[in-house]
Amino acid sequence: MNFPLDTFTAVSAANPWSYVLFGAIGMAFGYTLESAGFGDSRKLAGQFYFRELTVLKVMFTAITVAMVLLFGAVGLGVVDFGQIWVNPTYLSSGVVGGLIMGVGFIIGGFCPTTSLASASTGRIDGMLFMLGGFVGAFLFGETEGFFDGWYNHSGYFGRLTLDQVFGVPAGVLVLAIIAVALFMFWGAEQLERIIGKKDFSREPKIRKYGAIALFAGAAAVMFIGDPSIEDRYAKVSFKRTEMVQQGDAAPLAVVHTYTADEMLQKRLAFVSPAEAFKARFNQAVNPVYLDVRSEADYNLYHIANAMNVPLARLSDVIPDLLSEPPANTVFVTISNDETAAIAAWKVLVGSGVQNAYILDGGVNNWIASFRQG
Amino acid sequence: MAIQLKNAIFGRPEKPFLHPYLAGTILGVVLFLAFFLTGNGLGSSGATSRIDAALVDIVAPAHVDNTPYLLKMAGGDKNPLDDWILPVFFGALLGGFASGAVNGRLKITTTKGPNISNGTRWLMSFAGGVIFLYGARLARGCTSGQALSGGATLAAGSWVIMFAIFGGAYALAYFVRKLRLWRIALIL
Repeated sequence: MNFPLDTFTAVSAANPWSYVLFGAIGMAFGYTLESAGFGDSRKLAGQFYFRELTVLKVMFTAITVAMVLLFGAVGLGVVDFGQIWVNPTYLSSGVVGGLIMGVGFIIGGFCPTTSLASASTGRIDGMLFMLGGFVGAFLFGETEGFFDGWYNHSGYFGRLTLDQVFGVPAGVLVLAIIAVALFMFWGAEQLERIIGKKDFSREPKIRKYGAIALFAGAAAVMFIGDPSIEDRYAKVSFKRTEMVQQGDAAPLAVVHTYTADEMLQKRLAFVSPAEAFKARFNQAVNPVYLDVRSEADYNLYHIANAMNVPLARLSDVIPDLLSEPPANTVFVTISNDETAAIAAWKVLVGSGVQNAYILDGGVNNWIASFRQG
Repeated sequence: MAIQLKNAIFGRPEKPFLHPYLAGTILGVVLFLAFFLTGNGLGSSGATSRIDAALVDIVAPAHVDNTPYLLKMAGGDKNPLDDWILPVFFGALLGGFASGAVNGRLKITTTKGPNISNGTRWLMSFAGGVIFLYGARLARGCTSGQALSGGATLAAGSWVIMFAIFGGAYALAYFVRKLRLWRIALIL
């Protein structure tokens, strides 16, 4: 079985259980926040006057625990990271929006989800924060048109993760973040002792074992490492909707699931030279032609606008390919015949690059198709 | 009978909050399970703007077609409420209520500091909500959708947003303390 589960990646009326599952996740979320005391704005605001650092402790414990479990599951090949939603990076609107949120937090005393926990337990300030939230979100919708270009393009880096930014394996970064978080927890307790005058003699000892367990978990994640491209390639599946003719009735849409090797055998992963050429003039798609031959071959003849990425260097540019807008980008791998292009396609697919195709017959077939006279 | 039921829900002894590290660990497991099962993290501010879009679509459908941001959610035959974040949003409300009921914390009251009147606190929490959600939609997610969920997946932009939230909050808290604005600054 592949995780995340295909049937639960979105809600749909066809699958009522999807509402139940997301509702249950939300309930567990709200229950935990209220149990942590986040329905009380005083507990939240204490964070910013250094009296009580509950917010920092809960938030970073949650982030680090989830991170270790998630990257552990990815490393063991249980979870396909390509199917996990990673917030796309929009630096400019993110920084400005984040600063505004910080201001809203100090003035209002909540963040959106904690205001839900507060309002649902009868706190009038929580209810008013929620109500104000509806007004704020409405005002955003009304004013977004004035800075639409900036909002959607400024500082846009697509799907970008910190391990790509720093050029280290994800496991190394997870371990480093957990080391920093544990140091922050220690510092937070010192601040609470000095400024908040909190007595730490009655704090449970078990929190130290918890810290050791978290660090050991992160070390294990680093040790397991990322699954190899071959492992991931073997797990990739493709969904295709195909029309089936059934006598006089209207054709029926049937969804087929294929493995990557089946896509190759049935030649579903190939595009003809005509299709590859036509894609240039299609507004809806953004074709990227990857010429994986040697530089010498490329210089001798190549398809206009093709990028030369020799097969051996392909894995270096994968992070850049993953951060292209995935929805309408189509990658076409090209070699003289098909051998190297198929190898390149396997690397792309195994790395989680979406919409990858192979030029049918390669450059030889391209020349044969478009040769004049 | 009705009174017994009322006491069973509202009259329970108030229990202490969970230890922060325990609450954080549970929250981390919930967040992981969300990713593990559905591929999506947690969130809530997206639901607020989707509910807004649905209301606008009822009151002034033509306005939706003229507003690019609403058009993405509610244009044509799109139903803005048909998104995973809505069951999460209503689930969180229900879950908060359940925890309040189990732990004896259901009470109509206002959480605030001693130096501030109820009226001021209400005004400030409303204004804070307006400001926060404006920022949350600008950043494409709030503390849950960006800081928690994006933080756990190592999303670069989410970490930047997380630091920006803390930066904005600490900067304003510094001025509140410096200028002794306790009368209008919410809680302490």
